[in-house]
Amino acid sequence: MVDAGFPLWEVFVRSKRGLDHIHVGSLHAADAESALEYARDTYTRRGEGASLWVVKSSDIVASQESDAESFYDPMDAKPYRHAANYELPDGVDNM
Amino acid sequence: MQQALVTYAVRLADDALIYGQRVSEWCSNAPTLEEDLALVNVTLDYIGRARMFYEYASSYSGLSEDTYAFTRDGRDFTNLLICELPNGDFANTLVRQYLLDEYEALFLGVLSSSSDDTLALIAQKSLKETTYHLRRSHEWVLRLGMGTDESHARACTALDALWGYTPEIFAMDDIESGLAAENIAPDRLALLGPWRENVARTLQSAGLPVPADSWQVEGGRRGIHTEHLGHLLAEMQVMQRTYPGLQW
Repeated sequence: MVDAGFPLWEVFVRSKRGLDHIHVGSLHAADAESALEYARDTYTRRGEGASLWVVKSSDIVASQESDAESFYDPMDAKPYRHAANYELPDGVDNM
Repeated sequence: MQQALVTYAVRLADDALIYGQRVSEWCSNAPTLEEDLALVNVTLDYIGRARMFYEYASSYSGLSEDTYAFTRDGRDFTNLLICELPNGDFANTLVRQYLLDEYEALFLGVLSSSSDDTLALIAQKSLKETTYHLRRSHEWVLRLGMGTDESHARACTALDALWGYTPEIFAMDDIESGLAAENIAPDRLALLGPWRENVARTLQSAGLPVPADSWQVEGGRRGIHTEHLGHLLAEMQVMQRTYPGLQW
């Protein structure tokens, strides 16, 4: 395999209408069209998909491990922010 | 009519099987992992297509699809010559794919409304696959034509090497003319004009010249093949030839 130096793309698949697109992996492709086609061939070949997004990995802004203390630790011990005490109606499967 | 239908189904099956087998040689050899998966996905569509056509032939002839695929000799295969040619380089593989996809799109479009229900159903299923194949190969022809000097040169070489095999795709004989008269089979001659228009438009967009019609070969439908088919069959058939009736 040759490293063609193609940019990296992140792939998101929506398995059916009404659900969110879920990140499933990444791939290398020269341009947006081929990224979409490769995503189709790589990640939906067993009927997993109803919709695809591809996003250039370099366009994603990510938090850093070093931010964890200030970003996430303050959320600990705030149970009143969880909706765990609500009873879900029957038929709500994806909350 | 029934014999003609079997012959016809086997032709379409042979096209799909031999082409699918040939292109599958890219498996594990493509330039990138993503392209490897993409190429092999296409070949699996062709193998599936071959099985459907063989199965339909079997329903009349009683011969199993494995008998068709694994026990016939080269002279018994009736695929188009372009399907059996070696893959060559990546440009040759994708240019051939594109030329065939433009044909398949037109051909399957007409076959989808065949008066033969089974052929129509197979065509409708296959047309969805081909619509995607064409999207992919069309993009690759543009990319190769307008890419680097090397990709452009390789695409030109591929076009020149393949062009003389394309007239055979649109040739008719008594069997297919008879089926076309019954609205069972498409009239291939009627597809040639639209095919040339579509191909010329794409090649123009890609900055590639349409090759001159300076030579052509045919013979596949009569079992007269290139020297390449025997090698392909040897590899494809070796297990059933060595252990007849072997089951997985």
